[in-house]
Amino acid sequence: MTTAVINAQEIKSVITKPIADNNPIALQILGLCSALAVTTKLETALVMCVALTLVCAFSNLLISTIRAQIPSSIRIIVQMTIIASLVIIVDQILKAYAFETAKQLSVFVGLIITNCIVMGRAEAYAMKNGPVMSFFDGVGNGFGYSVILIIVASVRELFGSGSLLGFTILDPAKDGGWYHTNGLLLLPPSAFFIIGFIIWGLRTWKPEQVEETN
Amino acid sequence: MPANNDSFLKTIIVAVALCLVCSILVSGTAVSLKETQKSNAVLDKKKNILMAANLLTEGADLKELFGKVEQKFVDLETGAFVEIENPEAFNQRQRAKDPNLSVAIEEDIAKIRRRSKIASVYLVRDGDKVEKIILPIHGSGLFSTLYGFVALESDKQTVVGLKFYEHGETPGLGGEVDNPMWLAKWPGKQLLDEKGNTVLTLVKTSASNNREVDALSGATWTTSGVENMLTYWLGEQGFGPFLSRLDVTKGEA
Repeated sequence: MTTAVINAQEIKSVITKPIADNNPIALQILGLCSALAVTTKLETALVMCVALTLVCAFSNLLISTIRAQIPSSIRIIVQMTIIASLVIIVDQILKAYAFETAKQLSVFVGLIITNCIVMGRAEAYAMKNGPVMSFFDGVGNGFGYSVILIIVASVRELFGSGSLLGFTILDPAKDGGWYHTNGLLLLPPSAFFIIGFIIWGLRTWKPEQVEETN
Repeated sequence: MPANNDSFLKTIIVAVALCLVCSILVSGTAVSLKETQKSNAVLDKKKNILMAANLLTEGADLKELFGKVEQKFVDLETGAFVEIENPEAFNQRQRAKDPNLSVAIEEDIAKIRRRSKIASVYLVRDGDKVEKIILPIHGSGLFSTLYGFVALESDKQTVVGLKFYEHGETPGLGGEVDNPMWLAKWPGKQLLDEKGNTVLTLVKTSASNNREVDALSGATWTTSGVENMLTYWLGEQGFGPFLSRLDVTKGEA
């Protein structure tokens, strides 16, 4: 039996590890689709981060709780069902209480279902570990995802639109200011470049993340 | 992990139980939040009407602003105002599906197949005089039906504004119909001529006069969808009869 001793040290490790040491986006290169799509504005990125963190944490919790009962032949579909249900609930709540943002996020909340981070954590961690640790693992991976999204969205909104969270910081030229906004940053490819730079920076800081070359 | 997990019976039991629990959770959430979502959608529609009419000001109370807008119902065939029962519950989209309340469209350029016999219009008035006419429009783009409003000046020819409140076009391409910079190109354009024919076109080269608007790049289908729905809804089969009948000085039709 896995009566995992839950100590603070271990919880801290599962929460902090995915942020720099084992980041789902920067090291595992998962969940890129939404990282490109929702990062033109910081606000949508923040809502997406909260949504993904919640889904990841609770799907891990639920899957881990019933892991001893899941027949291995249908385990993937069981995980998908739980994840999909959670995503629909989050989507419904957003439509009720954050209508404007929900409209901007459009299909991307629904696409959390296919986000490899959620599924990856369910299969790799929640199926083998206790509910509490799995919950925190989900939270940690949500944070790891969030950190990258917030950096990317800040850069894109600041230099692409001259604002942050909708507040004008660099006065854009089209409104009579001095700053010529960079249109490329509003298009999805720019997120690739920014994520590329983040990975470069991260691997310079932590050389052990560099893959071995033959 | 116990080995009997993989037995046929266990697999079925787990699958059924899981589906039951999940479906109860999902439908429970959907049902309990339906009212809030509905009122959000109504509010959003009102906001879009105000945006099309260029009346939305930052920080102002939506209800107060919307007080200036008057909702009327029009029989599209004759163009006359009609009174309907229970105007609060009027749902043009549902009516378009009901064979008794709708007609099949012959020249279906907007690709919507049927339209409701009665449509709602919105007027902004100063005393009796009509200042702005806001008409609901919809039609097919590439993937979805776009729903929106076009507002006209009292000359019945010039655009005050255009705004879509619901669509499922590709974000970044057709989805750019929401782009405020593109929508800002519309006000002041001449949509109709004196006879009520649609004269506005969406052009791929840069727009050079007030009868042209730039098309959206990378969104040919959405662009022609927008053009077609305007032609349809402002033409003889749409609001054409209403527009020619409407007396802007008295606000009667």
